Amino acid sequence: MRKPPFVQTLLLSALLASPAAHAAKAYVSNEKDNTLSVIDLASLTVTDTIDVGERPRGIALSKDHSKLFICASDSDTVQVMDLATHRIIANLPSGEDPEQFSLHPDNRRLYIANEDDALVTVVDTESHEVLAQIEVGVEPEGMAVSPDGRWAVNTSETTSMLHWIDTETHQLIDNTLVDQRPRHVEFSRDGAVLWASSEIGGTVSVIDVASREIMQKLTFKIRGIHPDKIQPVGVKLSADGRYAFVALGPANHVAVVDAKTYEVLDYLLVGSRVWHMEFTPDQQYLLTTNGVSGDVSVIDVDALKVVKSIKVGRYPWGVVTLD
Amino acid sequence: MQLNAYLIALKGILTREFLRFVQQRTRFFSALVRPLLWLVVFAAGFRAALGVSIIPPYQTYITYETYILPGLCCMILLFNGMQSSLSMVYDREMGSMKVLLMSPLPRSWLLLCKLIAIALLSLAQVYAFIGLGFLVDVEPPLIGLLTVLPALLLTAVMLGAIGLFLSARIRQLENFAGVMNFVIFPMFFLSSALYPLWKMRESSEWLYWVCSFNPFTHAVELVRFALYAELNLTALLVTGGTALVFTALALLGFNPEQTAGGKRR
Repeated sequence: MRKPPFVQTLLLSALLASPAAHAAKAYVSNEKDNTLSVIDLASLTVTDTIDVGERPRGIALSKDHSKLFICASDSDTVQVMDLATHRIIANLPSGEDPEQFSLHPDNRRLYIANEDDALVTVVDTESHEVLAQIEVGVEPEGMAVSPDGRWAVNTSETTSMLHWIDTETHQLIDNTLVDQRPRHVEFSRDGAVLWASSEIGGTVSVIDVASREIMQKLTFKIRGIHPDKIQPVGVKLSADGRYAFVALGPANHVAVVDAKTYEVLDYLLVGSRVWHMEFTPDQQYLLTTNGVSGDVSVIDVDALKVVKSIKVGRYPWGVVTLD
Repeated sequence: MQLNAYLIALKGILTREFLRFVQQRTRFFSALVRPLLWLVVFAAGFRAALGVSIIPPYQTYITYETYILPGLCCMILLFNGMQSSLSMVYDREMGSMKVLLMSPLPRSWLLLCKLIAIALLSLAQVYAFIGLGFLVDVEPPLIGLLTVLPALLLTAVMLGAIGLFLSARIRQLENFAGVMNFVIFPMFFLSSALYPLWKMRESSEWLYWVCSFNPFTHAVELVRFALYAELNLTALLVTGGTALVFTALALLGFNPEQTAGGKRR
């Protein structure tokens, strides 16, 4: 678990010698505090707390890491924060109650799920114009754009579908029915596979992007935890293609899945209601936001052990990391 | 008296305790079975017992199994310490203690040798238990296996000293049941071995205070911190102090003035 002091000192001095690692940070949105917590990834401590709009949930970095986009759900806007100054420099017309979004590889088009309006709004982050509004299922939530930029996939919680949007025409091309209450979608690095979590269904569907068909469905079982509490939400895939990590919500565990064989390898105990996750830039750690316990757990990816939990604000929701 | 004689006595007592230990192989296993049952069976039903809280020395959320491991290590030491007191009463009844005490060496040295022997044998059992813990995913850091050694040794000496102190006062083997009821169980249950003190406090303030004054609580916390390569100074001072006091009391208890069937002229 905790490294002894002399090992910590060694690690710390090694990290201090490398300026890139020293500067690495994580930003965590605190849904109930209307703030972002800044975590220094070298010391794994909170170094700053920044006030933002109301009910910040989904957060995402611009491709050049100079800006942070924040879904301020109750302010009905997507805020743009300049990361050098930590000031809000723009409010994008996101439509009502934005929850999750995804930035197109062109670094301009932002695809935003509007939970209350059953819409996906496409906003140009430079001209601040709404480019399109696409009708999707009821309670849209998860959003992902494929690495090649061709697809924007949205999940609608009540309709239990994945909606495939062509990013050229902004037309809804296809729907894939998954288990109840799909929450989050995540493309593999090569864009060939899409992982979709179903919160109430308790499953994760692995979908072949070419055919848009489900090719594998994962279920989870944790000793001593009632199956109803196992509610998959966030999904993250390691860069080396080895693991998929699935946040299991009120089960307070993160499932480790072999991304090739789809076998569940382990369940790691983290804080209460684990929601979303992000890798550190060097992929050494995976950070998880734990809503109810108000902290961020740090998972050592190689050892598959939780090494620390860091107290942040109330109801941490989203997390991003940068060098 | 030559130093050599002291060492011969130490070696003799260590060998005797070792032989007794080897001959009673079931004792070794029963000493492991008891905490293992707690770890595997009892803890399984209490996975959610801790609630949501991170307490030092832990850096993150832990399973109940991980929480009770240090307490169960101390349980092994506690039962061994008390068992040694039982063996002292047995020795007294069988007359073999007289042979031991006939030695020209000071009794304090003989008792100290006995304490060391009990502690070393207990350590072997504790390490075997920690090893088995790895099989059920209770994995303290490897460095902790080293740093926990002095904490375990001090705890073993403290509990051994309490055992010796009691054995000086127990005249008959039958009275050992009383030791179980009035010493081992209260000491174990009124400590932080099974539940953290904050959890005790939630249910009862007086229970919390009783637990926080129990030296066994401090021994458990000393071992818990040491297992994660950290020092709990308060726990160290209380455990060390208790060990000193009870060693002195045990020595007094085995004072020739107090033994040999009453007063000696």
